[in-house]
Amino acid sequence: MGMHSFGNRANAFVTFAVTILAVMCSLASLSDNFNVHTPTADVKVFNINWFQKQPNGNDEVSLTLNISADLSSMFTWNTKQVFVFVAAEYETPQNALNQVSLWDGIIPSKEHAKFWIHTTNKYRFIDQGSNLRGKDFNLTLHWHIMPQTGKMFADKIVMTGYRLPEEYR
Amino acid sequence: MGWIGENLGSIRSLQTRQSLTQAVNLGLVVTSALILWKGLMCVTGTESPVVVVLSESMEPGFQRGDILFLHMNQDPIRAGEIVVFNVDGKDIPIVHRVIEVHERQDTREVDVLTKGDNNLKDDRLLYPYGQLWLQKHHIMGRAVGFLPYVGWVTIIMNEKPVIKYLIIGALGLMVMTSKE
Repeated sequence: MGMHSFGNRANAFVTFAVTILAVMCSLASLSDNFNVHTPTADVKVFNINWFQKQPNGNDEVSLTLNISADLSSMFTWNTKQVFVFVAAEYETPQNALNQVSLWDGIIPSKEHAKFWIHTTNKYRFIDQGSNLRGKDFNLTLHWHIMPQTGKMFADKIVMTGYRLPEEYR
Repeated sequence: MGWIGENLGSIRSLQTRQSLTQAVNLGLVVTSALILWKGLMCVTGTESPVVVVLSESMEPGFQRGDILFLHMNQDPIRAGEIVVFNVDGKDIPIVHRVIEVHERQDTREVDVLTKGDNNLKDDRLLYPYGQLWLQKHHIMGRAVGFLPYVGWVTIIMNEKPVIKYLIIGALGLMVMTSKE
C-alpha cells in the first residue's frame, strides 16, 4: 500500500477529471455574461373575441394576439433553450400587481428565435374581481434562458398602452 | 519476559493511535460535509439549496436527474420564475414555473399559479382540492442555476438501496484500511 497503489491512482484520476469538468462548466456559464442581448418584440391585440363577467364575479376576456419577436441574440454555445412568454400586467384597487400569462413557447434553437405568431390566449385571462372594463394594461414579453450548464438568465420587454373595452361583449 | 511486554504495549498504543486518527479523519470528513451543507443553507436562504429533478414535467429544459440550485430572498415572486414548492399533504417538492401572480395592495401577499413547461394544464390539479393559489409559505426557493445529470447519483441510490450500501461499505473499508 504505497503512494502509487491502484486506489491512489484511481482517486487522483477521478479528482482531476471532476475538477476539469467543474472548471469547464463554470467557464461555459461565465462566458454567457459576455453575450450582448439585442432583443426586439412587438405584440398587437388583433381582436377582443369576447369579454364577460363569470358567475363567480370575476372578469374574463379572450384575446387574439399577433406576437413577433427576435430573440436570436439570446443564444450562445451554452444555451439549451429559451422559454418565452407574453403576460398581461396591470394594477387594480385590490392588487398592486397582476401578472397573467397569456401565451408561452419554447425556442429550441437560434434558427427558431425569430418568429411571428397569430394566436388566441393559451391561458385564461381572468381577473381577481371585476376590474377589467376600460382597464389599461401592459403586455410584457419575458424570456428565460435555460443553459446547458450554470446560471439562468431572465429579462423582459414591457409594452404599454393597451386598453380593454368599456363594456362586456 | 519484561521487554516483550513493554514492546507489546507500545505496539498496542501505536494501533490505538492509528485507529483514533482514522476516527478523527472520518469525523472531519463528515463534519466538513455538514458545514458545507449548512453554510449553503445560510447563503442561499433556503432549506434545500440543491434539488434533483425527478419528473418529466419541465422537459426538455430540465430532465430527470438534473440538479437545480435554489435561492430564496425577500424579493417578491414574479411570473416566469421557476420555483420549488411543497403542496400540503405531499412530501415531494415540485419544480414548476410561475404563470400567474396577484399581489395584494395592503399586505403585499401574493397568490401564485404554477405550471410545468411540459404539462398541458396548470397545477390546480396538483394542489389540494379547492385550493386555487400557492402562497409565499408554500415556496421553498427559486431556481437560479442548473447542472445536468449529477442528480442521477441520488436517484440510483434511492431506487437501488443495495448500491447505496455497497458504496458506503466500500468507502468505509477504504477509510479503515488506508494507512496514511
